[in-house]
Amino acid sequence: MTLASPSDFNPPAPPGLQPQGWLRYFSFSLDHKVIGLQYLVTGFIFYFIGGALAGVIRTELASPLSDFIPRQTYNEVLTLHGTVMIFLWIVPVVNGAFGNYLIPFYVGARDMAFPRLNAVAFWLIPPAGLLLISSYFLAGGAAQSGWTAYPPLSITTPALGQVIWILSVLLLGGSSIFGGINFIATILKLRRPGLKLMQLPMYCWAMLGTSILVVLSTPVLAGTLILLSFDILAHTGFFNPALGGNVVVYQHLFWFYSHPAVYIMVLPAFGLVSEILPVHARKPLFGYTTMVYSIMGIVVLGLVVWAHHMFTSGTPPWMRLFFTIATSFIAVPTGIKFFNWLATLWGGKLALNSAMLFSCAFIVNFVFGGITGVALAQVPFDIHVHDTYFVVGHFHYIVYGGTVFVIFASIYHWFPKFTGRMLNEHLGRLHFLLTFVGFNLCFAPQHWLGLNGMPRRVAEYDPSFTTLNQVSSVGALLMGISTLPFVINVIASALSGEPAGDNPWRALTPEWLTSSPPPVENWHGEAPLVQHPYGYGEAAGILDIRAASGQQIWTGDQ
Amino acid sequence: MAIPSSLVTLILGMALVLVGLWVGQNVNLLPVDASSNAPVYDDLFRVLFIIGTILFVGIVGLVIYSLVRFRRRTGDLRDGLAVEGNLPLEIVWTAIPAVVVLFVGIYSYDIYERMGGMAPLNDHSLHQAAALTPAAMVHSAAGHQHGGSSGAGMIQPGFSQADSSGSALALQQVSADPDPAEQPRVWAGIGPSRSDEQLFPVEVTAMQFAFLFHYPEANIISGELHIPADQPVELRMEAKDVIHAFWVPQFRLKQDVIPGQTTRVTFTATRPGSYPIVCAELCGPYHGGMRSTVVVHEPDEFEAWLARNRPAAPATVASSGQLPLA
Repeated sequence: MTLASPSDFNPPAPPGLQPQGWLRYFSFSLDHKVIGLQYLVTGFIFYFIGGALAGVIRTELASPLSDFIPRQTYNEVLTLHGTVMIFLWIVPVVNGAFGNYLIPFYVGARDMAFPRLNAVAFWLIPPAGLLLISSYFLAGGAAQSGWTAYPPLSITTPALGQVIWILSVLLLGGSSIFGGINFIATILKLRRPGLKLMQLPMYCWAMLGTSILVVLSTPVLAGTLILLSFDILAHTGFFNPALGGNVVVYQHLFWFYSHPAVYIMVLPAFGLVSEILPVHARKPLFGYTTMVYSIMGIVVLGLVVWAHHMFTSGTPPWMRLFFTIATSFIAVPTGIKFFNWLATLWGGKLALNSAMLFSCAFIVNFVFGGITGVALAQVPFDIHVHDTYFVVGHFHYIVYGGTVFVIFASIYHWFPKFTGRMLNEHLGRLHFLLTFVGFNLCFAPQHWLGLNGMPRRVAEYDPSFTTLNQVSSVGALLMGISTLPFVINVIASALSGEPAGDNPWRALTPEWLTSSPPPVENWHGEAPLVQHPYGYGEAAGILDIRAASGQQIWTGDQ
Repeated sequence: MAIPSSLVTLILGMALVLVGLWVGQNVNLLPVDASSNAPVYDDLFRVLFIIGTILFVGIVGLVIYSLVRFRRRTGDLRDGLAVEGNLPLEIVWTAIPAVVVLFVGIYSYDIYERMGGMAPLNDHSLHQAAALTPAAMVHSAAGHQHGGSSGAGMIQPGFSQADSSGSALALQQVSADPDPAEQPRVWAGIGPSRSDEQLFPVEVTAMQFAFLFHYPEANIISGELHIPADQPVELRMEAKDVIHAFWVPQFRLKQDVIPGQTTRVTFTATRPGSYPIVCAELCGPYHGGMRSTVVVHEPDEFEAWLARNRPAAPATVASSGQLPLA
């Protein structure tokens, strides 16, 4: 490997075959910013599809009878909802979209390490998504065994839909692996000379940790799904008990990927929040070093907690004990991150804009989901609520209340960089309010439903649960409505929003130290060397506060 | 007059703990408890609820206070304080969650022990049984992992066999291996540990989309589970097609029913009444409709139910090939 200095990456003109203008967003572009936005917009399209599917689910559950769609269709819908939201919305957006857009800026590079691989990784997504959605319209319908696809159910349901589901997830997994390799190479090998690892913005660390998880665990899922497709198509017996297979082995292999997948979805969100909070609080990110170590702690622990999804599956007792303790301990590095964010807010100058509100709501929602998560890690607790609406509530607090809130915060934060225009703050706050209220209305009651006897993935339920299910459905409706001000805001602002200038937030991270939107290859001239990405804040003496020391400000004694 | 900040923090912390305790004691989120392990579970729930409330209220309070207290006034373009970290603070908020999590883990381990979940690791009875009987090998061939067929780890090693004539279920051979070194333990559901006590066996067959309950002693097949109160019951569960899960929310008990592996669950119902049995694992289109009822009877009432539903003459049953449905 040869070392290249930034000046080597400075061709006189952009590559001739790369289309310019709006057409580049529909092309096999090699520009990391174009690819990032391709990921983002594609992700949002699938978010609306997945959201519509969620709407179908909540409509069905507005009454205790299965009276809205056929039961089989309901199972197809819940399978598609889970698969679309995880593999086509959250993973591609927090990793692919923001990762591609931001990481080259943060390491001071002009593009990702492997631009062509990067474009391939993106262009795997639209066909995989179309394939998945189209399976609904084929004979036999889409997969209907849930996003977990547990055999023997996945072996006995209509084969075509299930095989297409497997193919689609394999493509998306491949895309994810390509992305992961690219991020690791970019962060470790493409840093601007003089930029040390411990000077990188936190999102780089989050993406490094996430990519390690992706590269280690996604191949396991791929192998598992290939074996499952053999069981379906070639009637092998890997997971088919009728042929001597073992269904629990599938669950182990599946969750070996799919629990780390949770961290693949939330670690980048942690990174994004770590970028947003210091800018809008005008304070350095608190405890940089411990934040880095806690990310790596989460990566290591995240790989050894998978069997907590299987406490009722007939796992041996020692395994339950081990996975309970390991899962509980993941709360420690996660807690460190949250306390550090709180400390970042403390004593700052908080701009109460949409980005900040969504970020703070993320903290609140995720803490709630984290608390129920630690409870769920306890075997006796889990034995009661496993596979119930309690779990549904819990993981939506993590992936929606956590990650999706951060995605919105990030849109409000980086939209000026993407487009050169500001988003409308009034619409933004309306969007926040509707989303926050709708989200909590939708998912908080589900915890009670689960504790009191409502299993997940059902089209019909005990009539005594009707009221809370209707509350939940109203919340879902609010969430649906909340996207309207957002979409209007994004479209209107992209066309005629207030010009943002290059750095409307007076931020210090490198992506703001170029024009908005940035030029191809990111900087005219050499990339800036940013050694203090969070160098906000004024010395105590300059501030007009009565506190004599930081300690006093810290404790709120002023 | 300025109140010292440490005092304010202390008072706020105490108030927070009191709020958590009050909420934990007074807000009931759980259904009625109807098995002997349900109160144990509820204790754990209460502890987690209290800790969770304290944490959640505390953190939300901090966020809201920060958003109000430190909000940027219009026109203020200055920065906050340049504080990049504080090592003692980091150590504190690493150590406190670690201690809390460790406490919760150990406590829930203890709860699980009391509920009987932690089967001993040297429980080889199943493998020995599997080696003895060809029929058992069929079961463990699919589930040939240690503990795999021990379900929730809720087998009592060497439980006294209540009835060996009723059924051909090979796993009844399990009782052949009482380990003298083992302490008498409480199992799965829980209830007081009396190893001399007889477990009332019921065979459960789960299929799309129903549970069937077979009483080997009385030779009754029922679509509802009828059990006596205050007697340990053991369910031996098999699935015919796909994975199902047996869940009785009022018993705080759930166990997957896995094709190819017999799983077991033991519990003692305490409160007579009818409770729902819910399938908790997605098993196909009618998963939501896969429900049944468990009826907990007073012991004498249960004997009457058994007598009422016992087939008149076993010979007739055998010849006609039909089993009476209760």
